[in-house]
Amino acid sequence: MGTRDCNHICDESSPGIGEAGKTGEWRTHLPIIDDKKCTASKLNKPTCFLCWLYCPEAVMTKGIPPSIDLEYCKGCGICAQVCPVQAITMIAEEKNIG
Amino acid sequence: MKANAVNLIEKEWILPGNRTCPGCALSLAYRHTLKALEGQCIVTVPASCATVLHGMYPITAVNVPCVNTPFASTGASATGLVAGLKALGRKGITVLAFAGDGGTHDIGIQSLSGAAERQIDFIYICYDNEGYMNTGNQRSGSTPLGAVSGTTPVLGKQQYQKDMTAIMEAHGLPFVATCSASYPLDLYEKVKKAKTIEGTRFIHIHTPCPPGWIFPFSDTIKFGEMAVETGLVVLYEVEDGIFRLTSASESIARKGGNLQPVREYFTSQGRFKTITEEQIDELQEWVNARWKQCLHRATNL
Amino acid sequence: MAIQRKSNMLIIDGNQAAAIAAKMSRVQVVAAYPITPQTPLTEQLSLFVEQGELKAEYVAVESEHSAMAVCTSASIVGARAFTATSSHGLAYMHEMLHWAAGARLPIVLACVNRAIGAPWNVLNDQQDSISQRDTGWIQIYCRNNQEIMDTIIQAYRIAEQVHVPVMVCYDGYILSHTEMPVDVPEQADVDRYLPPYKPHTSLDPADPKNYNLVTLANPRIGVDGKLCHGYMELRYLLQEALQNSRETILQAGREFNDIFGRDYEHMFWEDRNDDAEITIVAMGSLAMEAIVAADMLREEGIKVGVLGLRVFRPFPKSDVVQALRKSKLIVVFDKNISYGSEGATCSEIKSALYGTYINASVRNFIVGLGGRDIKARELVEATKKAIASLKETVINPDYPEWICQI
Repeated sequence: MGTRDCNHICDESSPGIGEAGKTGEWRTHLPIIDDKKCTASKLNKPTCFLCWLYCPEAVMTKGIPPSIDLEYCKGCGICAQVCPVQAITMIAEEKNIG
Repeated sequence: MKANAVNLIEKEWILPGNRTCPGCALSLAYRHTLKALEGQCIVTVPASCATVLHGMYPITAVNVPCVNTPFASTGASATGLVAGLKALGRKGITVLAFAGDGGTHDIGIQSLSGAAERQIDFIYICYDNEGYMNTGNQRSGSTPLGAVSGTTPVLGKQQYQKDMTAIMEAHGLPFVATCSASYPLDLYEKVKKAKTIEGTRFIHIHTPCPPGWIFPFSDTIKFGEMAVETGLVVLYEVEDGIFRLTSASESIARKGGNLQPVREYFTSQGRFKTITEEQIDELQEWVNARWKQCLHRATNL
Repeated sequence: MAIQRKSNMLIIDGNQAAAIAAKMSRVQVVAAYPITPQTPLTEQLSLFVEQGELKAEYVAVESEHSAMAVCTSASIVGARAFTATSSHGLAYMHEMLHWAAGARLPIVLACVNRAIGAPWNVLNDQQDSISQRDTGWIQIYCRNNQEIMDTIIQAYRIAEQVHVPVMVCYDGYILSHTEMPVDVPEQADVDRYLPPYKPHTSLDPADPKNYNLVTLANPRIGVDGKLCHGYMELRYLLQEALQNSRETILQAGREFNDIFGRDYEHMFWEDRNDDAEITIVAMGSLAMEAIVAADMLREEGIKVGVLGLRVFRPFPKSDVVQALRKSKLIVVFDKNISYGSEGATCSEIKSALYGTYINASVRNFIVGLGGRDIKARELVEATKKAIASLKETVINPDYPEWICQI
């Protein structure tokens, strides 16, 4: 099958999630949020959300508790670094062990 | 109301699953830039890491209209977008040029300077990762003194960074500002302010680069903060000639103006592995002198 | 059907004709950088805009590279864009010329042909536009100022129909600075001929599209599951657009004739070529000189015709073969040189003839570089020399002869 039906006469792209694939597969370390420590969870109200603010990938949601889209999270660990109460720990992905 | 992490708009214009390296400060800076513009913009991007972020045909990882343009032409491309929109009577859309330091300080300076001199109505953002990172880290006009790169492989760079924001200020622009990806709320406020101003607005964003600068992905924010706390990066804005320190730089100035020593910033990044004690001392003196100037110029202390 | 129309004859130079044509084409964005001999055209357009005669954004850019970048971005947003340049200006645009064609943007560029340095030379030859031959632009060459006027108007019709930018080339000084009578069309007729530009691109935050991203060598599936082109397919589509543009060019010429009474339904012009045994081939104003040379040769009883190339890209191979079918000798005069080979139009003619039943000899002369005056008498002498050379060999020589004093 050829590309004649594509109808683009020049390079025209449309927005799509996962343009580079499931970038969660790049991860070497997995972020785990401890709800007992997370300020928003503990206070049960929308507050702090620094993990969301600093996430370069836009994979976090401002929920209580905040959640991470692990399909696309690249595991950079910035969220763990910026959390003021150390509620996020980065643990080695099992696939990388051994 | 000032923006904070809680009240900041949740909608995203950068889509997950894009091609940036983990811990990319450019991605973070761009994310908040587009939030500040609420996606009501047309972007022009030269060859750069932002091109990589944007994706590969026929899929793009951003939810804003965009034209890619050759390396040297960003300022002219923005001019063309503005002229086209004006000719067609289309209003209410901000034209945003988003280029790296290579595309701004070096190959793109002519078209940017031309557009700024013509006072074309657009926001130009230079995200500065201090080198040609998209081609694997070669020196640029913004690579710091002492940094090793693909084209300064043994001795490290022997020259200082080009002060692009000062160059743009000298064009008599209505608004120039410096930002850091590590201070996203300050960045957000500045882009939001720039949106309301007419004419060429220039914003410089310091964007630490884990693979290029050689530090762990998770430390992007830390190195951006260190740069500000040491005074290597000063956060300020100049609106109609009025100079104001902002965010952390303003706080440091208000608390007596004491900067952290620069030494640790250099000794903790792999790119400065060959930097000499003399160079660090030289850089410290340079930082001190510039900080003094900034304190002198600041009208809001 | 007799066409009733008013004549509005002006005595103007080629640059003025180009400026008026751009104005009448209702261009919306003009970006240009002054360069000899294009400068008066740029000045005239800025005057039109400042006086309110042309409702367009005039951008006084800081370089030709930027001129074309302004045009590509204005065009991609949906505005009709125009620029003009010469020589080094066109060379400086080179990267952006590729970009404009690759993005399939219907920009029109007036190239006022001038020599390229080193050394400096501001006078005419066609090395500048010929050097941009492979950028994917349609190239049309003009013989006189009327053709400049008419071709720029037609160029927008063609460009916007086939989504390929068009370079309208005319000789510096010989046309750009020489006044001659030009019939200026009525604006209402131009509007009838040239409808407003409908872009194939869209830059709208409500439906965001991203243009000219990195493209893989192979096709890739898009967000809607459809298989989209690879880089190679996009390049093929540009080639296909140029291959198929002949019909559009001829139709644009035919319909121009219907409204304005001047016929452009040709890829090239012919003069007394029907019974000619020898055909002189030239491009631009040189073809007019060739007609004078043909007059002189005919007076001596030599059956000479002229083929004046108009459309150089796409190159009209079959049409050329048809036109040259009776020729025994083809004398090609080139105002350009592909160093180490021969003149560019000569290569095209030879390539068109190869593998056909036509077994004519081809002789190539390089003439008029850097404004070197070329008289009809010299074309006559060169043609006679070419005829004489057939006694020695009918085989085409490897390299061209130069009409110069070395």
